[in-house]
Amino acid sequence: MIHRLKSQCSKKQLREIRAFVEKVLKSHEMPDIEAYQIVLAVDEICANLIIHSHHCNVEESFEVCIDYQDKEIIFEIVDDGLAFALNQYSEPNLKEIIRTKKKGGLGLMLVQRIMDKIEFTKRNNKNVCLLCKKIEGG
Amino acid sequence: MVEITAETRDGIHELIVVGEIDASSSIHLDNAISATMENGHQKIMVNCEGLNYISSAGLGVFMSYLDDFEAKEVKFVICGLNEKVNHVFELLGLENLIKIVATKAEAQAYLNDSQA
Repeated sequence: MIHRLKSQCSKKQLREIRAFVEKVLKSHEMPDIEAYQIVLAVDEICANLIIHSHHCNVEESFEVCIDYQDKEIIFEIVDDGLAFALNQYSEPNLKEIIRTKKKGGLGLMLVQRIMDKIEFTKRNNKNVCLLCKKIEGG
Repeated sequence: MVEITAETRDGIHELIVVGEIDASSSIHLDNAISATMENGHQKIMVNCEGLNYISSAGLGVFMSYLDDFEAKEVKFVICGLNEKVNHVFELLGLENLIKIVATKAEAQAYLNDSQA
């Protein structure tokens, strides 16, 4: 079964997105600490998308899909805003972030540490961010 | 949604954070720390006993003040992180950059220790 949530491009929606992801994970009895991290990873991707790809335009929207399989969970975050180029991303240096007092740049670092696979692709003229997480014992 | 209250006692300025800090609410943490710095406090404790979620936006706020804390010789400590929130700090190794202790009592002891 694929779970779907359509959301406005507003930072205020992040709470609802987290609740949606958490509910799906809990319904599959995922342990608390693991569920918390996965919720965080999805939150980070959605926050980046809302802020950088859609400039918080509430007239625009995107979709979060969760496919909970036997051995892994697959998340797809689908939108038609500005595409993100993962190949142009390099992990920031923490000391540099401190020196420049830059508040961003940590989100994708967290996602990379939490998820087993991250891909940004195009499908039917839409941007698709694919996140995969292997399930413990799966 | 996050609620932040401030209290100064015995030279320690305590920010009590309750709720969730994400990309939407991190501005409140930023404003609270900024006001604390403007008021010239030298010993700052962020009490996170009531914090049940933090995303990179919140971590980024803490990171953005570390340079100022060092330059202005401000002692800064975070206490009361629950296991899940603490793990987010650890995912990025921030416990090596920010002073984090388990309890409020430990935070007070650190701030009052002139050798630390």
